[in-house]
Amino acid sequence: MSTAPRSFARPASSPPRLPPADVRGVRAFLYTHLFQSPLAGVFTFLLGAVVILALWHIARWSVVDAVWYAPDNSAACRTATGACWAVVAEKYRVILFGAYPYDEQWRGGLIIAIWLAWGAASATSLLAVGTRLAGWALVFIATILLLKGGIPGLAPVGTDLWGGLPLTFIIFGGTIAGGLPLAILLAIGRRSELKVVRFLCVATIEGVRGIPLLALLFFAALILPLFLPPQLTVDKLIRAEIGMIVFFAAYAAEVVRGGLQAMPEGQDEAAKALGLGYWLRMRKIILPQALAIVVPALFNDIIRAFKNTTFFSILGLFDVLGATKAALQDPNWVRYGTEGYLFVFLLYFIICSAMSLYGASIERDTQRRVRRAN
Amino acid sequence: MPPWRNPRVRAIVWQALLVLVLLALAIWLVTNARRALAERGMTSGLGFLFDPAQFALGEAFFAFKSGSTYLTALAVGVGNTVMLSLVSVITATIIGVLLGFARLSRNALIAGLAKAYVEAFRNTPQLVQIVFWYSFFTLLPGPRQSWSLLGFAFASNRGLTVPAPESGGVFLIVLGMLALGAVLALVFSRLADRHRRRTGRPWKLVRLTELAALLLPALATWLIAGAPLGWSVPALRGFNYVGGATLAPEFLAIYFGLSFYIAAFIAEIVRGGLVSVDAGQIEAANAIGLSRGDLYRKVMVPQALRVIIPPLAAQYVSLVKNSSLGVAVGYPDLFSISNTALTYSGRTIEVLCIMAVTYLLLSLAVGTAANVINRFVQIPER
Repeated sequence: MSTAPRSFARPASSPPRLPPADVRGVRAFLYTHLFQSPLAGVFTFLLGAVVILALWHIARWSVVDAVWYAPDNSAACRTATGACWAVVAEKYRVILFGAYPYDEQWRGGLIIAIWLAWGAASATSLLAVGTRLAGWALVFIATILLLKGGIPGLAPVGTDLWGGLPLTFIIFGGTIAGGLPLAILLAIGRRSELKVVRFLCVATIEGVRGIPLLALLFFAALILPLFLPPQLTVDKLIRAEIGMIVFFAAYAAEVVRGGLQAMPEGQDEAAKALGLGYWLRMRKIILPQALAIVVPALFNDIIRAFKNTTFFSILGLFDVLGATKAALQDPNWVRYGTEGYLFVFLLYFIICSAMSLYGASIERDTQRRVRRAN
Repeated sequence: MPPWRNPRVRAIVWQALLVLVLLALAIWLVTNARRALAERGMTSGLGFLFDPAQFALGEAFFAFKSGSTYLTALAVGVGNTVMLSLVSVITATIIGVLLGFARLSRNALIAGLAKAYVEAFRNTPQLVQIVFWYSFFTLLPGPRQSWSLLGFAFASNRGLTVPAPESGGVFLIVLGMLALGAVLALVFSRLADRHRRRTGRPWKLVRLTELAALLLPALATWLIAGAPLGWSVPALRGFNYVGGATLAPEFLAIYFGLSFYIAAFIAEIVRGGLVSVDAGQIEAANAIGLSRGDLYRKVMVPQALRVIIPPLAAQYVSLVKNSSLGVAVGYPDLFSISNTALTYSGRTIEVLCIMAVTYLLLSLAVGTAANVINRFVQIPER
């Protein structure tokens, strides 16, 4: 009698089998996703024809017939049938740096380079989170120093001359840096046991969320100076920034509150049992865990804050959009506004898409961590 | 236990301190404001609302004549904002729902196109889109070289000229009656459904009655008004168009900017709602042989709506608030009229406060309506 095998498991792992031929490859994709039935086939064909025709027209307008360079005041553009990208070639310095003094615009270029470099570095997981945040603080301070000047080697430049992408970046950075702490305070205030604190926080959050950002910015820009003593004048840029911060904080506070509510009660109770005080509990136990949960959701608000920096152009400040508007006032180039704004559209699209891709990757990481923990 | 260790005593002391500090701050701010106003020789109060306002406004849903009161001007602004928001909400919802379904299409081309739309419009600032549309429409050629859209509508630097019904007032009322009919039909269908569930016996001719409820009010109004049928089609005469209705570039810019941007967000919400329906529900519906239409109508949409309505309401509120961006292109909505009014009247604080409160009320109204509808779509758990 033969001895029974001790195990039915294969001694070595075998190579994974390929999926069946009819669910992979280009042909299978065509069958399942484009031509699954005759009717679907006809539809795909017609829609495809329309798309190709549209793409062909777009390509002809934007590339084949386009004018890329028109040195003598857009003369070459006037006869062309395609896009006039020469407006971007001519005005890119105004769009990117606004009214910043021409000879000092290298400072703006340096700021853009620092932001892009540190943004790329932060998107990888090579650096610890603490290093990244500390780096952003340094980047922010460096941006202000570079723009403002007034230190040896850098001529001072007034805030009324700041503009373009560096201004957009600094508005955005200031909104996040000022808004997140305020959002956290509002969120824990809304869950406070003290009735007065709770009422104040609810009133602030709901009141701010009920009015347009533009109204808040006008409040900050027009009314705030009336309420301050005459000897205390606050720069217009800083006043508008206060409006941005409060608006961002009101929205982000609701996101943070979601994280606080998701925290199991036991965490707080355990910390209380250890005799930790309120602020210590918040700082060491509750907030680190709650914030980790809401980072992906906060990213939506952060992207919106970046998009909202364009509102400054309505206040007459020269962020990228405001600078572009000013650049397109030039009577020689005013007819090519469409191309100019398409360039701005593309600029924002690239930056916001990059941020939203990064946000999505954080969300995937969080989900993976949660799955592993369960 | 000493009193300063007692949590209740501490709570009272802290809150009293907070109230005192805030009161002091408020008094300080108000004193500053009063002094600033006195120095500039400005008076305060709401009496200016009944003074004549000497400014003209661009064309919109409601017109304003120079010389009417400030109150009229603000009311016109509210009217324009509400109408603009209404048409934008309807447009954004239609586009968004279509895109949301398209993103889940089995056809890769449709799904891909919908995704491209959503990414392009979601990842760019709304204001850039509005300013882009405005520049696009104002830079179109003049009426004589206008772009003809199938020979019926014309796009030129005057805006979009479209065919319009000759008696516009009747048309609008009939449209309103159609909306009323839709509500009536919905209510009746709910009643019929409840009756069928309770008694097991359906009412007769339910579908026919629903159709009648939907169409009859509109049809009756139309007949009473004399059944006007004429459509006025635009035609080029000399340097401008005769007939039709022209939508100004200002309106088109803010309308496209509001609708297309929010539509991208609505598409994502609708997609999320449809995906959230449990796969077992769809399999069960297929197993009992429901048709595709019934699968959507009876199984997927009712369950998806529970997930869709709350974020959808947030998007509507956001749309209403961002209609204030009309100021960037000179569309006379509440915000730009307030902006003009505060310049002409010098009552910055009053005008801004009235405007903020109005927006707050509008947001609250949208939120309340959403809550009512939300209660309507909740499925009672058994």
